[in-house]
Amino acid sequence: MHKMSLLCDFYIPIKNMLSFAIDFRCQIDLGQSVFQRTPHSEINMTEPRALHEAVHNAIATLKDQPGALLPILHSIQDALGYIPAESIPEIAKALYLSRAEVHGVVSFYHYFRDTPPGKHTLHLCRAESCQAMGGKQLEEHIKNRLGIDFHQTTPDQQISLEPVYCLGMCACSPALQIDKEVYGRVSTERFDALVSELEASL
Amino acid sequence: MSITVYVPGDSGAIALGANQVAKVLLQEAEQQGLDIQLVRNGSRGMYWLEPLLEVMTDAGRIAYGPVQAGDVKSLIAADFLHGGAHPLKLGVIEELDYFKRQQRLTFARVGLTDPVSLDDYLQHDGFRGLKNALNMSGADIVKQVTDSGLRGRGGAAFPTGIKWNTVLNTASEQKYIICNADEGDSGTFSDRMIMEGDPFVLIEGMIIAGLAVGATQGYIYLRVEYPHAEQALNAAIATAYQAGYLGDNILGSGKRFELEVRLGAGAYVCGEETSLMESLEGKRGLVRFKPPLPAISGLFGKPTVVNNVISLASVPIILDKGGDYYRDFGMGRSRGTLPIQLAGNIKHGGLVESAFGLTLRELLYDFGGGSASGRPIRAVQVGGPLGAFLPESQFDTPLDYEAFAQIWAVLGHGGIVAFDDTVNMAEMARYAMEFCAIESCGKCTPCRIGSTRGMELMSDIISGQNPAKNIPLLRDLCNTLLNGSLCALGGMTPYPVLSALNHFPEDFGLDDQADAAA
Repeated sequence: MHKMSLLCDFYIPIKNMLSFAIDFRCQIDLGQSVFQRTPHSEINMTEPRALHEAVHNAIATLKDQPGALLPILHSIQDALGYIPAESIPEIAKALYLSRAEVHGVVSFYHYFRDTPPGKHTLHLCRAESCQAMGGKQLEEHIKNRLGIDFHQTTPDQQISLEPVYCLGMCACSPALQIDKEVYGRVSTERFDALVSELEASL
Repeated sequence: MSITVYVPGDSGAIALGANQVAKVLLQEAEQQGLDIQLVRNGSRGMYWLEPLLEVMTDAGRIAYGPVQAGDVKSLIAADFLHGGAHPLKLGVIEELDYFKRQQRLTFARVGLTDPVSLDDYLQHDGFRGLKNALNMSGADIVKQVTDSGLRGRGGAAFPTGIKWNTVLNTASEQKYIICNADEGDSGTFSDRMIMEGDPFVLIEGMIIAGLAVGATQGYIYLRVEYPHAEQALNAAIATAYQAGYLGDNILGSGKRFELEVRLGAGAYVCGEETSLMESLEGKRGLVRFKPPLPAISGLFGKPTVVNNVISLASVPIILDKGGDYYRDFGMGRSRGTLPIQLAGNIKHGGLVESAFGLTLRELLYDFGGGSASGRPIRAVQVGGPLGAFLPESQFDTPLDYEAFAQIWAVLGHGGIVAFDDTVNMAEMARYAMEFCAIESCGKCTPCRIGSTRGMELMSDIISGQNPAKNIPLLRDLCNTLLNGSLCALGGMTPYPVLSALNHFPEDFGLDDQADAAA
């Protein structure tokens, strides 16, 4: 479903589609302006210098690996929390790929994101084992509590909610992950306590 | 002399509070002047008892569980360090029925040892298989694996020895060993447990695979959802390099094997081997046409072995004790042991490694203790999101690849998810279609379009719209998916959908099975 919407996700203005197509075929670099987007929010947007540094570091250390693109994207997302559209031309150039190819990879994988996440990312398992233990009720509770749906971030930019299909915690369902920490047998009460802790730490 | 205390570093135990237990234990020990040595072991696989704390005493390793941070003080007061009595005391793990009835070959060390200690690994029979393999020809290693009867534990159950033999006999300057660690099936966690609890056994298995087929480069394609496994693997790989088990001169033999962990990025379809290779090459994880087989033209166009974590982790014991030893476990054409994972609505969820042949009923009730909710178990899904749902009438089916195939079900990766009688099977069928739609790589039409149409159709059926028209349409669509999809994602989504319809027609608004078939 997510993937079905990829084509419409591709919200580059029509007039730029032409240059995109040219880029795809001929590797003509038409400059970054083609890919500039309107920022979603002023908050959390990465400073140009931090962005440049993260992208440059990732490329310098990883580009000679066979199949370097995923490691580079991971490195950028680890550093910045997302893969800014502005980084794509540089990655494409370093790997002798078209920008379309790089964008295609970023958009294919659920884990990679092209917008800045909230301060914390909450991955909630939607898979069968968690469903068998009240995962759907937990999902509803979390969405109500945070006031957002999947793939959204709270208005204060603190928590992003993402679905995940199995965390390997199936013997202690339902499970969720907050940043790199995993939690099993999460009742609605336990979730509320976790979120209160997060909010207190903000 | 310090006392060794074990608190699992397994992420499942951590998810239930093991880190807090470890932290409080160390604090209290320091305050009270207790001389303890803390080991973060893997999990014993009994998750209802996690966090499971063990202490080494003169009477063996005594376990307490489930322990929360708040219990630590009372445990110390009860002198748990010398096996003192406490309401949470369980005794020796190996004597618990759940554990005693298992046959742990692949999981022999998991939970027992310090996962990242090479010394511990060596003391518990580690690298014995590799030492044997270093003195054997590639063909002889392949023969041992073929003789063992090992079949791919990822789900497809293809004979591992035959796959290796093809790669061995395909001439190429460069060959690859890929470990498929993209364990995405719900209800499965055995790969995770091995990687977190005994990473050296996987490394050993991959080195042996490399020696067998003449491959010098290995990749572990690990799902990004497993950060703890990544940590354990990278620590073990670094140690293995330092100690000369990896690199260009394995234990002075002049033979070479390099190994690296690569992370996936949340795409379920990348557990399909050709999609996985595309991903490793840095591309979108689109499924490739077969042939050519990966064994002939795989990663970067070179001959490649792609094996599941458990398949590779079962190789060291085969090379240590011989193919015949392993083959003597099991039934029919399903040889050896299968790490079974009990999940979902089950009282005693966890890992049960046993020879093939146990029935679902034994697993669900004798091991699992029935549902967690105390309600009747109405259905189980075996083999992940693409596995069939089985009703109570099929619970006597033995775990055996062929026995499952006979009832139009799959064993897959050995994950069993139990549902109690509150489950709505039509909703589960809808979810199966939705999952396929979300995860489809988009290359073939039946899967890309069919899954979305299937989701819409299921929504209509659930809302009671025109069942006389929609049920046959659903069957027709499933038929297209089954026969027209490029890989198992589209090709097997009909398993959960149709098994739900066939066994639980009442949830689809139908009176009986005859209506369902109409």
